[in-house]
Amino acid sequence: MPNAFWCFVEDDRQGMPKKVMAEVLGEAARLAGGQPEAVWITDKASDAGLTQLGEWGAGKVWVLENAAFAPYRSEVWVGAAAELAAKESPRAIFGPVTSRQREFVARLAARLGVGLAADCVGFALEGDRLVATRPIYAGKLLAKVAWAKGPCVATLRPNVFRPADAQPGRTAAVERPAVSIPGATMTFVERREEAATGLPELAEAEIVLSGGRGMKAPENYVILEDMARVIGAAVGASRAAVDAGWRPHRFQIGQTGRTISPKLYMGFGVSGAIQHLAGMRTSKIIVAVNKDPEAPIFKIADYGIVADLFEVVPELTREFKRLLEK
Amino acid sequence: MKILVAIKQVPDTATQVKVGADGKAIDTAGITWIVSPYDEYAVEEALRIKEKRGQGEVVAVSLGPDRVKEAIRSCLAMGCDRAIHLNDPAWNDADTLTTAKALAAVIKQEAPQLVLCGRQAIDDDMGAVTAQLAELLGWPCAYWIMEETVDADGKSVRAARQAEGGLEVFDLPLPAILAAQKGLNEPRYPTLKGIMGAKKKEIKDVKAGDLGLGAEPPQLAVIGLEALPPRPPGRVIQGDVPAAVKELVRALREDAKAI
Ligand SMILES: Cc1cc2nc3c(=O)[nH]c(=O)nc-3n(C[C@H](O)[C@H](O)[C@H](O)COP(=O)(O)OP(=O)(O)OC[C@H]3O[C@@H](n4cnc5c(N)ncnc54)[C@H](O)[C@@H]3O)c2cc1C
Repeated sequence: MPNAFWCFVEDDRQGMPKKVMAEVLGEAARLAGGQPEAVWITDKASDAGLTQLGEWGAGKVWVLENAAFAPYRSEVWVGAAAELAAKESPRAIFGPVTSRQREFVARLAARLGVGLAADCVGFALEGDRLVATRPIYAGKLLAKVAWAKGPCVATLRPNVFRPADAQPGRTAAVERPAVSIPGATMTFVERREEAATGLPELAEAEIVLSGGRGMKAPENYVILEDMARVIGAAVGASRAAVDAGWRPHRFQIGQTGRTISPKLYMGFGVSGAIQHLAGMRTSKIIVAVNKDPEAPIFKIADYGIVADLFEVVPELTREFKRLLEK
Repeated sequence: MKILVAIKQVPDTATQVKVGADGKAIDTAGITWIVSPYDEYAVEEALRIKEKRGQGEVVAVSLGPDRVKEAIRSCLAMGCDRAIHLNDPAWNDADTLTTAKALAAVIKQEAPQLVLCGRQAIDDDMGAVTAQLAELLGWPCAYWIMEETVDADGKSVRAARQAEGGLEVFDLPLPAILAAQKGLNEPRYPTLKGIMGAKKKEIKDVKAGDLGLGAEPPQLAVIGLEALPPRPPGRVIQGDVPAAVKELVRALREDAKAI
């Protein structure tokens, strides 16, 4: 449909959309004042996945399904997406902030010759004009930005937008348009899986536990992982901990790591340097445990405990267990 | 092998930033400027490729006003051979696409085999220029790379990019473009000799007209900057550890509804 709000689907590579898509579809529906459309570029779309997108409010799902789309390569995806966009003239093109969509959506905007607003945390319609809000300068300021012309291309920060409520029984029309598939110049060699932690992914987790230099040694992260398993949290780290080699870089939170915006962030032995805050200050609730009452993290924390983390963490894990067993 | 590195000058991460008089840009008075940290990984990697091959040239390119010379000098001090400064008021309101168009025009003139950029500049955090350059040049591109090796003949590069749940390794035919992620390397500090030597290296000033580009309005415009809404005041929970923990869990559950 011309003027539709499009949402590019991020999936788990096994045929299911990720739950962040409920947020993207929810925000698109609010702005569209009607049903948004999902565009799913994949090598395998599942019926269950299509049902899920329908329940999250997609009025239509454009399925571009071809073996050439996996593993993701921007040079292949963009040609197919741009061809469909040229035909359908959507008003806006949204995707969640993930490692591949950050690249894909930027490249698509260049192909379409339109503006891109990455990592947005808010949208408003001012009359007919779409305005996006995004953090800049390490989250010290917010910029309001607007597009010269459509489609308005944007990525949305996970955990910020209100997810669409899944309505069982609501279904999407499924369309499989014919598009030409550009040839790839890059060839896939291998994928090296990370050791599975059994915990949620940092960027998408609703609760994040973050361990800083105060954790003192890599083996001590076990106590955070124990708590994480009880409450379904991801475990991240400060740069000091990453640079010490205690945690791999993919767990770093901050300006030169991941930007996260969970419902609950809990920092243990993290001082709250400005570069760390850059990656977590849009968290809804911030808890700090630090033995130094002057640590800057207390300035932005909603709740703080001034104490030794090695006393607090086991106690807290027990207390959470007790609460959640009720 | 010729390698081009695109770098950006940004405010130091610890600098306070204030909204400027026009409400659309920051007040630059008193700001300390640095090379965006991810760009340093890109510069370092380019220098390592050249050193490993025992020959080649590393060209640093940056778009911005006069002050950007300082950032260019630090890249020259690290070891880049020469630099190009895209310096024209026509680019004052450049969005990522305008920047990418200017860089693409330079890259077409310079014809390097490899272009390296940082994953994102830490001022506007858009993270788009690498992908947009790839699009404008029609080159393959790998984002957020954690390691790379250029093959012995200089025909392709093998790059491992960070993806959700793992690293994905690809071979990209050259010319190609890569976006450096933290963890790719540990950038060197300029030596005194490097700093002295940098003063003699060439920095070519380029205007939009030199590239056949005009002043285009940006596709994405900043219409206003705002300070962050203040967070509600927090509370330090008093008492011994067991009591404080109990109270924290109660507050998270009942007041914040966060658990
Ligand atoms: C360009 C640049 C980019 C950067 N990017 C990032 C980034 O992305 N992410 C990031 O995190 N940092 C980043 N940094 C680094 C940042 O400036 C800080 O150095 C870092 O965040 C500090 O980590 P930390 O809080 O773990 O360590 P510290 O600052 O050393 O703090 C440790 C804290 O633990 C407390 N503590 C110690 N023992 C205990 C205990 N037993 N119980 C309770 N508390 C205890 C101490 O009181 C202290 O407050 C960057 C810096 C620069 C210059």
